Amino acid sequence: MSTFEEVESRVHVPLTTPRLPRVAPILVGVMAVALGGLVVVLGASIFVGVLAAAVTFLVALPGWSYGVEGRRAAVDRLMTALIWSAFGVAVVPLVSLLWQVVSSGIERIDGTFLTYSAFRTQIDQPTGIYHAIIGTLMITLGAALISVPIGVLAAIYLVEYGNKNRLSRSITFLVDVMTGIPSIVAGLFAFALFTLMFGPAYVSGFGGSVALSLLMIPIVVRATEEMLMLVPSDLREASYALGTPKWRTIMKVVIPTALGGILTGITLAISRIIGETAPLLLIAGAATKTNFNLFDGGMTTLPVYIYTERLDGSDEAKLNAWGAALVLIVIVMLLNLVARLVGRLFAPSKG
Amino acid sequence: MTNTAASPDWTTSKAGIGDRIFAALALAAGLVIVGALAAVFVFLAIKGAPGFSRAADVYGPHATDFFGYVGPLLVGTLTASVIALIIAVPLAWGIALAISHYAPKWLGTPVAYVIDLLAAVPSVVYGLWGAFYLAPKTVPAYEWLHEHFGFIPFFGETSATGRTVMTAGIVLAIMILPIITAISREVFSRTPRLNEEAAYALGATKWEMIRMSVFPYARSGMVSAVMLGLGRALGETMAVTMVLSVGFDLSWNLLGSSSPTSIAANIALKYKERSADLLAVLIATGLVLFLMTFVVNFVARWIVGRSERKMAR
Repeated sequence: MSTFEEVESRVHVPLTTPRLPRVAPILVGVMAVALGGLVVVLGASIFVGVLAAAVTFLVALPGWSYGVEGRRAAVDRLMTALIWSAFGVAVVPLVSLLWQVVSSGIERIDGTFLTYSAFRTQIDQPTGIYHAIIGTLMITLGAALISVPIGVLAAIYLVEYGNKNRLSRSITFLVDVMTGIPSIVAGLFAFALFTLMFGPAYVSGFGGSVALSLLMIPIVVRATEEMLMLVPSDLREASYALGTPKWRTIMKVVIPTALGGILTGITLAISRIIGETAPLLLIAGAATKTNFNLFDGGMTTLPVYIYTERLDGSDEAKLNAWGAALVLIVIVMLLNLVARLVGRLFAPSKG
Repeated sequence: MTNTAASPDWTTSKAGIGDRIFAALALAAGLVIVGALAAVFVFLAIKGAPGFSRAADVYGPHATDFFGYVGPLLVGTLTASVIALIIAVPLAWGIALAISHYAPKWLGTPVAYVIDLLAAVPSVVYGLWGAFYLAPKTVPAYEWLHEHFGFIPFFGETSATGRTVMTAGIVLAIMILPIITAISREVFSRTPRLNEEAAYALGATKWEMIRMSVFPYARSGMVSAVMLGLGRALGETMAVTMVLSVGFDLSWNLLGSSSPTSIAANIALKYKERSADLLAVLIATGLVLFLMTFVVNFVARWIVGRSERKMAR
């Protein structure tokens, strides 16, 4: 870049270069869509039609541009088109997935489905997912009770007490490692731990809670740490200047200021682990009855229920699986919504 | 803000005790995390150690020793993950660029939110969708691939159900798309404005600007995003368990019905046979998986850390 070479002979560079008309992308787009429509009319599937239209657009516009504007502009137009199509493609799976879950699940959702367990006392009794909803809530609550104090306190240590010493740096590193633990490994850990302590046939919801908290703690630590670091040190200094001890400064000044962000982080962490399946398969067992005891006996959660119904394979089980999936997605989406609202609600007032 | 001066006890309280207790609690929480991770390793090692050397018949009909058992599973894990990366990485970078540099704000923000929602969908729902909806839909495409590109060893005889390692890779790709997009978006949007303007001032087109000023600046972030996505894909259980129909053939064919499954999915499928020997073997494979994801994540963090130091300079 820095070397300057002598120009040997003057080259004529025009100050204006020919450009495509501004409507060129729209024009080509309309033609591409028309061609795609034609393909569909001729008997191909909609997917093939869309594909044909996209390919036409991706070839025709840069081609035209190459002829008129030159190579650089053509590459630019090609990349712009590719980037926009990536943008469009990304929405497809989510819409398809949500549509599939809602349309297949909605017919199974009714009062009976939500309030009956899968345990039949009579042969013709209707079944539902009440036991799985209870199991999900209990196990997730257990995991949250373990993870939130540990996670928040550890973040306080890292930000307020750690001063980037060796221990706090290694904790930060280990938290990073923990975010990458595969969920099935967390399940294997809980399984190894509890079967070593209580014998090989042990299953309980609490084991599931322990496995899930292993996945939840790093998310909580990360979110809390980030929020605590955002608290201006002026606030801390002002509190110290009034003679307040450090721990009261943290409890009364730092935490309340960061509360909105911390609660958002915790809620998002819960929404992340509530859909976990693999660890619970290993340690939480399964039950068709509603089990309220976290420490004894198997517990089915919604994800595990979906998985076992999927294995069953009958049409009724398939319907059950879709219904449970819909309930699960609604819960997760609600949690995400709540997280956003909480963040707004508890945000420190400015001024 | 809490009025700390009004609290009556600050003059009388012996600050030392409260402070010491609180600091000890915080430290204990930090140590619990260190202990937990050590415990994961120790307990897996205790329970898994016997699994490395069992009698030959424990390793099932297809292998006689541990490496014969875990080998095909490693291949299955890597195949599905690599397919997922090949699909997800260009898409994720495209979306991230569109959000950070192409789309107007009113469009970019909601789409970024939608992508984050993709991350929130439970994996078991992806599995359900992949097995019941996506798999049957892919069969014609696979048949077309086999018909026209059958000379490439990847596109061999097709499975009639569509529940192939290719489908599993596609579902995995959708699952790791959000994390790669989120990280890439962040590093793309952190490109210094002046670098971009300088590229434009030299007469660069938009794409040339991105290649000259955005990519060099974001390179390490992009790489670590891919590594984190890979870590996610390696450890993902349910999508592979539910989508892939399992076989033990080691072949190049990605469209067949007998590809080996992944380590994580194998554990989920086999754990029910609670024979002590097989469980030890499964835990040993879990240990292998743990170490593999550990290395991948470690490398990703190392790349990020190195670039952060470089930028701080």
